[in-house]
Amino acid sequence: MASIPVSAQFAPAADPALIEELAALITTELNLDVQPADIAPEAPLYGEGLGLDSIDILELALVISRRYGVRLRSDHEDNTVIFASLSHLARFIAQNRTK
Amino acid sequence: MAGVPLIAGAEARAAVAWREGRAIDAAQFLADVAQLAALLPTCGHVLNVCADRYRFAIGLAAALLRAQVTLLPPDQTPQTVRRLREFAADAYVLADDAGAEIDLPRIGVPAEPAPRPATFNVPSIPHDQLCAIVFTSGSTGAPVPNRKHWGTLVRSVRGALERWGLAGARAAILGTVPPQHMYGFESTVLAALAGGGALCAERPFFADDICAALARLPRPRVLVTAPLHLRTLLEDVPRPPAADLLLCATAPLDAELAALAEARFGAGLLEIYGCTETGQMATRRTARELAWRTLPGIRVELRGAHAWASGGHVEQPTALGDVLEPLAPERFLLHGRVSDMVNIAGKRSSLAHLEAQLRTIDGVTDGVFYMPEDDAAGGVTRLAAFVVAPGLAREALLAALRQRIDAAFLPRPLVLLERLPRAPSGKLPRAALRALARAHGVRSGS
Repeated sequence: MASIPVSAQFAPAADPALIEELAALITTELNLDVQPADIAPEAPLYGEGLGLDSIDILELALVISRRYGVRLRSDHEDNTVIFASLSHLARFIAQNRTK
Repeated sequence: MAGVPLIAGAEARAAVAWREGRAIDAAQFLADVAQLAALLPTCGHVLNVCADRYRFAIGLAAALLRAQVTLLPPDQTPQTVRRLREFAADAYVLADDAGAEIDLPRIGVPAEPAPRPATFNVPSIPHDQLCAIVFTSGSTGAPVPNRKHWGTLVRSVRGALERWGLAGARAAILGTVPPQHMYGFESTVLAALAGGGALCAERPFFADDICAALARLPRPRVLVTAPLHLRTLLEDVPRPPAADLLLCATAPLDAELAALAEARFGAGLLEIYGCTETGQMATRRTARELAWRTLPGIRVELRGAHAWASGGHVEQPTALGDVLEPLAPERFLLHGRVSDMVNIAGKRSSLAHLEAQLRTIDGVTDGVFYMPEDDAAGGVTRLAAFVVAPGLAREALLAALRQRIDAAFLPRPLVLLERLPRAPSGKLPRAALRALARAHGVRSGS
């Protein structure tokens, strides 16, 4: 989850309501030791940021599939971007949701 | 010196690996191995961190040809790499796209295939050659080396392939688990080389990736996976591609999930029991039976409080880290882990090791890791930690821990306290820890 392509940095702003909803979903489903409001929308979800690991990402992928009908693939061209931050994840879901 | 061929029973054109649905045959594999072997420095120890399973396999084989030992630590944190350097000062890292941050001299595996040679000769590796050292995290903070000789590994894998019912079948093997840990090392990489299978280079992650990679492989095909991957896949995919065998290990699998997996994939599921010390040592058809059956020649027995394994490919009688109830020398029931051992979604460590790491952090004066009672139906239960570190900020403490332990063991929550509820003897009663956990809202599962 390293650099963020330029195209993603100039993508439209993420929906604050969806960010809030996702923050609540993540803290509940992943049993995190943090309040939803304390997750910075631009902080990395992996490693030094929120501290998610690959176990969380698999659980999260399942939740996202059920809740929003969004299927995640490793070979998706935006894959490194999707989990870069909460707002990136929200933007990806907004663009691809079927539910 | 008697030897065993580097790859078992392969004709030059036989597939030993698959990449994006295309076969890589034995002749190409040996050419790639020879090309890489010529690039390796003259050192004794190699840390092979290749994420691509084919590149890992040619790295392992090239190291064998150069009589170099492959090091397989439990994680790649900076602290672990420092310990590896103390263990083997000549260690270097063999890498593909993965492992850029590791502080060791680095050799990259060529991305391009080597030119095909005119002749086809399968090299032989001596039985008693040291192939790999697999480290467990131990209890003192220093990784504990487990030496794996080539002949022993080959014997173990041949026994396993017979149990799978796929000896000589050149089955295609897809793994969702890394090649660097004992289970993936044996059941994907060695099963392809020494067992006569063909490994899939890709390591798919998400459910749809796994299904797509499986569908591309010819049959018979085997899916080598772990309970977390299997559960998230089955909850998400009603009709996965057919398989011929499912293997599952690293953490206990429940019979219901095993039965569902068998029905959806149309294949039998063998759960594998083993540990780093012994390698794979028993299997069971989890959907149908409770008792485990050992691999050929292995016996289990109780000696005092501990279960021991010996015979077969287990070189030295070995005490097991789990509570076993032998029914016969080759059959046993498994009753969970010894209390110090923790298993988070298949990653294993011991509380003693984690606490030893915690105490190496400047500013930590006392601390304990706590595993909540596991009542989770499927969800992953994480560790909590209660730490006394006056003057140390939470974020700094977490960052220091991240340098020392695998992310799976990072505490959730990390609770900072003024002191721990130690008894006058200095012990931390389990009941006091449980009360502390309740007071701080520690939950199990998700």
